[in-house]
Amino acid sequence: MLYVVILFLLASVYLYCLLGGADFGAGIIELFARGKSKLHTRALVTRAMAPIWEANHMWLIITIVILFNAFPPIYTRISITLYIPLILMLLGIILRGTSFTFRHYDIKTDFSQEVYSKIFEVASFIVSFFLGMLIGAVVSGKIMLHPEGFWEAYMNPWLNWFSISTGLFVTTIFAFIASVFLIGDSDNEELRKEFIGKSQKATLLMIAAGGLVFVASIIENVDFAFDFISNPFSIGLIAAATVVLPILWMVIKRGKKWSSRIITGAQLLFIISAFYAVYFPKIVVFKDAEDLTLFNSAAPDITVSLLAWALMLGSLLIFPALIYLLRVFKHLEDKNGWTSTPS
Amino acid sequence: MIFRSTKLDNLLAARFTMGYSMAFHIIFACIGMTMPFLMVVSHWLYIKRKDEIYLRLTKTWSKGVAIFFAIGAVSGTALSFELGLLWPGFMKHAGAIIGMPFSWEGTAFFIEAVCLGLFLYGWNKLNPYLHWASGLMVGISGVASGIFVVTANAWMNSPAGFDWVNGQAVNIDPWAAMFNDAWVSQTLHMTIAAFEATAFGVAGLHAILLLRKKNVLLHKRAMIIALAIGSVAAIIQPLSGDFSAKDVAKRQPIKLAAMEGQFETEKGAGLTIGGIPNQEKRTMEYGIKIPKALSFLAYGDFDAEVKGLNDFPEEYLPPVAFVHFSFQVMVACGTFLAALGIIFWIIWFKTKDFLLHPKFLKVVAVGTPLGFIAVETGWIVTEVGRQPWIIYEILTTAESVSPVPGQIFHLIVFVISYMILAFAAVWLMRRQIKALDNDFPEEQLKTAE
Repeated sequence: MLYVVILFLLASVYLYCLLGGADFGAGIIELFARGKSKLHTRALVTRAMAPIWEANHMWLIITIVILFNAFPPIYTRISITLYIPLILMLLGIILRGTSFTFRHYDIKTDFSQEVYSKIFEVASFIVSFFLGMLIGAVVSGKIMLHPEGFWEAYMNPWLNWFSISTGLFVTTIFAFIASVFLIGDSDNEELRKEFIGKSQKATLLMIAAGGLVFVASIIENVDFAFDFISNPFSIGLIAAATVVLPILWMVIKRGKKWSSRIITGAQLLFIISAFYAVYFPKIVVFKDAEDLTLFNSAAPDITVSLLAWALMLGSLLIFPALIYLLRVFKHLEDKNGWTSTPS
Repeated sequence: MIFRSTKLDNLLAARFTMGYSMAFHIIFACIGMTMPFLMVVSHWLYIKRKDEIYLRLTKTWSKGVAIFFAIGAVSGTALSFELGLLWPGFMKHAGAIIGMPFSWEGTAFFIEAVCLGLFLYGWNKLNPYLHWASGLMVGISGVASGIFVVTANAWMNSPAGFDWVNGQAVNIDPWAAMFNDAWVSQTLHMTIAAFEATAFGVAGLHAILLLRKKNVLLHKRAMIIALAIGSVAAIIQPLSGDFSAKDVAKRQPIKLAAMEGQFETEKGAGLTIGGIPNQEKRTMEYGIKIPKALSFLAYGDFDAEVKGLNDFPEEYLPPVAFVHFSFQVMVACGTFLAALGIIFWIIWFKTKDFLLHPKFLKVVAVGTPLGFIAVETGWIVTEVGRQPWIIYEILTTAESVSPVPGQIFHLIVFVISYMILAFAAVWLMRRQIKALDNDFPEEQLKTAE
């Protein structure tokens, strides 16, 4: 049963990065859009995100619940060591969700729209960046069980070049996913072209930021770069991610919306798997103690198997509901080109 | 000095942060749980009677739900992190024991989010009955998730489903933990409270708008739906409260004694109304005493023995005055709303015209915040009344607090951001209401005649 729970944990992280990531990325793209493009990007993002962002956000909650229920030592260790970036990320999550909702539901459109949008955009960037930093921090091997002083205990694990580079990498990945998704949401040719341009830029930035992760790992003496190169799974997966890139561009050129989204999803899966293949089953890599893995941190069998059942039964409810939600809106959108203002 | 915070300051800051985050979240959680039911009633009346006013009311309410749900969702997310950030020593043990209801809550919350999306954006797109049902599902899954979370809190008051051996939990049984002795009384009391607080809050708001004589028909119908639901909750709530009190008397005699300000153990103990507990002199000053009433309320027997605070060691006592005052405020608010509920039904059956009488509207308006005040003070009784324990008689709050220094900054940041959010929410509501007035001038002319 532990494997079922692990599968759900990894799947939740993946789905949060894909669906939640697309939402964060949308905010990031808005942030960097200029002039006229900013206005129609905002309109498009609002339309595409409004009915689904809350459901997308739930994957984070599922991830957290699995962590504290089935892997309490991991949850508490992360909570203690990465307290500061977690608080900052939480603030971003709070600001982003509420400002997006306010922007959408405020009955009047005046200066306030500008305020909501700015908060939404900046918070989207911050959350993505800190999420990436946290991922880098847990595996960086800089977390200590017996640290000396505040810096070593609560700052150094996340405030280092390796974590910063994973933060940037995740930010660019989210922007990339969002840009591809938004191509499909565009309702005219001009807008489509604009987003194709944006996703080309995002792709280049993503590749650059990925390279940066390797450079930073060497500078910071993190074992990542060497372990990655010597891991056949990682190499294979990253090769697969590269190979699908030209296929993705071909599909986008032909205007195939869903194929392009599925390929993007696959690409994200390859990238995340390539990264985590280096560490599996480790979650928290210690500098001075035995690492916390998905196996040595697991809760007693009974807890794990009850959670596994809850997740399996829960997904029987969640997935049909989620697919129905997406179908209702996407189908109608394709058919009528409707605008999703709540009436 | 904030920069050289001691361990004690850290604990205090962490407790304030937790209390503040909970107090903030609970308001939005209550609204998110029960507002959909009000919406569903109005929506149903629209489908059946094809009356446009009900449609407008449903849509107006649904915008409120969308805004409040978003704030509830993000502040709830914050709480799921804060449990670990503030109390790692607690979550280390509790996660494996009481995580199960949280995993169910996750599912319920997910369904709620999906159905909310369907409801808000499904106008003219879904079959009307399916659309209506999606709204109902928002409410049902909202209540379900509320119940699951409160179950976990009940376990902190009434730990079960494990053996505590040398500071470690062994022989874990998540089922027994979830269905602990307190889960029925606590979830019942909280669910009813959520309906009571939200419905009277909504009714009061519409009463205030009725006093301004704009959109009279819409606000009148809104107030009636809210009062009908709220009054039922308010009238049955004292029964659930009685059930809870008897339960607390059995399981947590210290908490009961603190609630009532009972220092001496006595048979045939009286019930004190008002009064100031003096924890140093260990006496209750002032207050009105109703002879033997406490013994009866707590044990169903006028001569039953009620344990007093003096029987317990000083270090196991919660801040008595705070718990006692909070309890009294909760009961007072509840009593007012129950009376208001009864008055509403009398008016409904005798003279419906009186519903729009300014005097009645003013009384309803006074009730606007009372349900929420009762919810907040009730949670203070539950949580502060359990101190110094985080898991009753197992683990103390002080043992569980995070070792990270500078918790005060967390508190400051969250106080500021939640204040901004609260102001923003109120500001948005005012804008919605103003727009409602401007949108339908013709109806105002009609009703003004």
